Amino acid sequence: MGTPLAGYLTVAALLFAIGLAGALTRRNAILVLIGIELMLNAANLNLIAFWRYGPHPEALTGVMFAIFSIAVAAAEAAVGLGLVISIYRHANTSELDKMTRMKG
Amino acid sequence: MILESTASTSQFAPSSITGILWLIPAVPIIASGVIALLKQPRRKPAAALAIGALSVSLLLSLIAFVHVVSGWAHGAAVREFVNFTWIRVGPAHVDLGWVLDPLAAVMLVMVSFVGLLIFIYSVGYMEHDENFTRFFCFLSLFAGAMLGVVISNSLLLLFMCWEIVGLTSYLLIGFWYQKPSAAAAAKKAFITTRFGDVFFLLGIVWLFAETGTLLFYNHGLGSLEPLSLAIVLTNHAGLGLSAAGAIGLLIFAGAAGKSGQLPLHVWLPDAMEGPTPVSALIHAATMVAAGVYLIARVYPLMQIGAGPNESTTALTVVAWVGTVTAVFAALIAVAQNDIKRILAYSTVSQLGYMMAGLGLGGVAVGMFHLITHAFFKALLFLGAGSVIHGCHEEQDIRRMGGLRVDMPLTFLTYGIGMLALCGFPIVFSGFWSKDAILEAAQHWSVAKTPFYLLVFGALLTAFYMTRQVCYVFLGYWRGHGEAHESPTVMTLPLAILAFFAMALGLIGTPAWPWFHAFLENRSTLFDIHAFIEMRFLLLMGASSLVVFLGLGLGAWLYGNKSPEPEEPDALEKSAPILWAGLRDRLYVDEFYGATVIAFYAWGARVADWMDRHVWGGIVAAVVWLFGLWAKFNRMLDVNWVDGSFDKTCEELSSSGGLLARLQDGRVQSYLRILAVAVVVLTAILLWSSRR
Repeated sequence: MGTPLAGYLTVAALLFAIGLAGALTRRNAILVLIGIELMLNAANLNLIAFWRYGPHPEALTGVMFAIFSIAVAAAEAAVGLGLVISIYRHANTSELDKMTRMKG
Repeated sequence: MILESTASTSQFAPSSITGILWLIPAVPIIASGVIALLKQPRRKPAAALAIGALSVSLLLSLIAFVHVVSGWAHGAAVREFVNFTWIRVGPAHVDLGWVLDPLAAVMLVMVSFVGLLIFIYSVGYMEHDENFTRFFCFLSLFAGAMLGVVISNSLLLLFMCWEIVGLTSYLLIGFWYQKPSAAAAAKKAFITTRFGDVFFLLGIVWLFAETGTLLFYNHGLGSLEPLSLAIVLTNHAGLGLSAAGAIGLLIFAGAAGKSGQLPLHVWLPDAMEGPTPVSALIHAATMVAAGVYLIARVYPLMQIGAGPNESTTALTVVAWVGTVTAVFAALIAVAQNDIKRILAYSTVSQLGYMMAGLGLGGVAVGMFHLITHAFFKALLFLGAGSVIHGCHEEQDIRRMGGLRVDMPLTFLTYGIGMLALCGFPIVFSGFWSKDAILEAAQHWSVAKTPFYLLVFGALLTAFYMTRQVCYVFLGYWRGHGEAHESPTVMTLPLAILAFFAMALGLIGTPAWPWFHAFLENRSTLFDIHAFIEMRFLLLMGASSLVVFLGLGLGAWLYGNKSPEPEEPDALEKSAPILWAGLRDRLYVDEFYGATVIAFYAWGARVADWMDRHVWGGIVAAVVWLFGLWAKFNRMLDVNWVDGSFDKTCEELSSSGGLLARLQDGRVQSYLRILAVAVVVLTAILLWSSRR
């Protein structure tokens, strides 16, 4: 029983690491957003895995939690993409390093 | 203020008129205050207020006069007073009050009556002046203050009113202050009279120190009553004078300043720069008489210590100063060409007669001349004003002439005034009042010189007045334009005054010396035999002769000749040097200019030099020291205080810069640090859990 959970967690950790690397290294705001989404989904994977191998797999709490999290992530992605588009229209770029107007 | 109303005499219960006597000065003063609040172009209410207020005063004065006369007729001397305490400091207290006695009653009626006539005349004379309301404001204030002087029962109250009178005199002389000469004359009058007033004030303080009261009459405790007089008589002031004599002389110095006695007469002729009604009211009829009135008021103090037929030092000085002034001013009047200036010197001269009358013969003699003079000199000044008005503001008598045709009413009344002033026999008041003075001089126990001097003065008076009348009214017209008669509002007061200039003599003839008896509280009977008494007849004859001589001399020299304005005077041709001296007023002004004024100018220069170099130097040194100190402070500030502060600020801002570098706004770098931190933390946790 222990091995499958460790496998899931390893996948989730890898996924998170890939997402983090993407969020940290990409210059394009959209790619950063994609990285963030990857990290979020890694967390969702963890939630499902812990639920499935936890003490009460009969209750649907893990699924519910994951669905809520995905819904929030969708809303967040919508807002994030809206911002990016809006900034792109305004500043004609989506490069994070060039968005320095509000820098003190 | 504690009001202690203690009105009574031994003979009379306090009458209602004495209780409200204070209204006589108060009404014109209140009117003056109201006029001051009126807007400048409101002529009619201003004149109506001033004249109305003075009419009320005249009415009250007449009631008071009748009250005093009826009391006297019933054989009781009226002397009623109301006193109250003004200031109380420990045991000492300063009292004020007012008094009604024959002296005050006579003056009240004279001042308010002459004043009223002059107010009415002013309505015409000042018709075109734009400061009409201001003029009546000042006139009214003057009348109130003068009436205050008259009714004062306290030397202090008298002094206060005296100073208000001096102030209004200053304001009215300088009424046309745009003229530099008028402004200078106002200052001269004020300063010269102040000079006398300083001595007057010293006398007041001394009297207070000696007797502890400044009230004249106060149930035996006043300063003019025997108890106090005994104190001031027994105390010695040095130089063989009693305190009474010294105080008397100090008070006389104040009176001399106000009444234009030598050597303080210089302001009075210059005071003619004011409007003519002012000259008539203030500088001929009433204010200048205040000095004479003051001496008459404090006469018991001046007289104390003299036996019958003796004179005190103070009175001797008064008599001599008066006599010398009378002749001195009459001499100068001979050679003046300004119509008002002649009258001004004549006023100085007549005031000298009054003072001499007081010093030689007593209160009644001096006061009688004061009253008659007030009427005929007001008449002459108003006549002169009418002449000036009619001749388009011309004041030089050489540019007049022939006015008897153009201004008949003025000529007639002026002639009456002139004859009254000369002392033309029998029908003119001046004759009787001047004769009384001459008679007193004739019987003076100290010296006979004043008598001869005063007779000479009478000759001069007749001479210079004849000269003036010849120049102005006889001959032919030498001025510019057409002369015209003045309006009725101006000639009517002239006529009334002319009537009194003649009629007033009747109350003081030797046959019926009503006035003298009234003031001295004797009974009097009509006694025609007094005329025929040898001493009167001789003196009257002599003085008539002198007057005729003066008139004849004047008529012979000036007559109907009408000399051209540029032509030298008839007297100048025969005695040019003497004439020049008289014309230049015997160089008294120049003398003062060379001594007193030069001294003050020198003092002012010294003070200026001290200011610039000594005090200014000290100030500059202090400034320099403080400058040095300030520089030192600044150095400390810049190098030390500011340095440390600047350093602190620099440090703060550089450390802030360092911190700001961390917060560079790149979310990815924050995230990077966060990731590193999580990894490190995880490593630490793992590492610690393994142990």
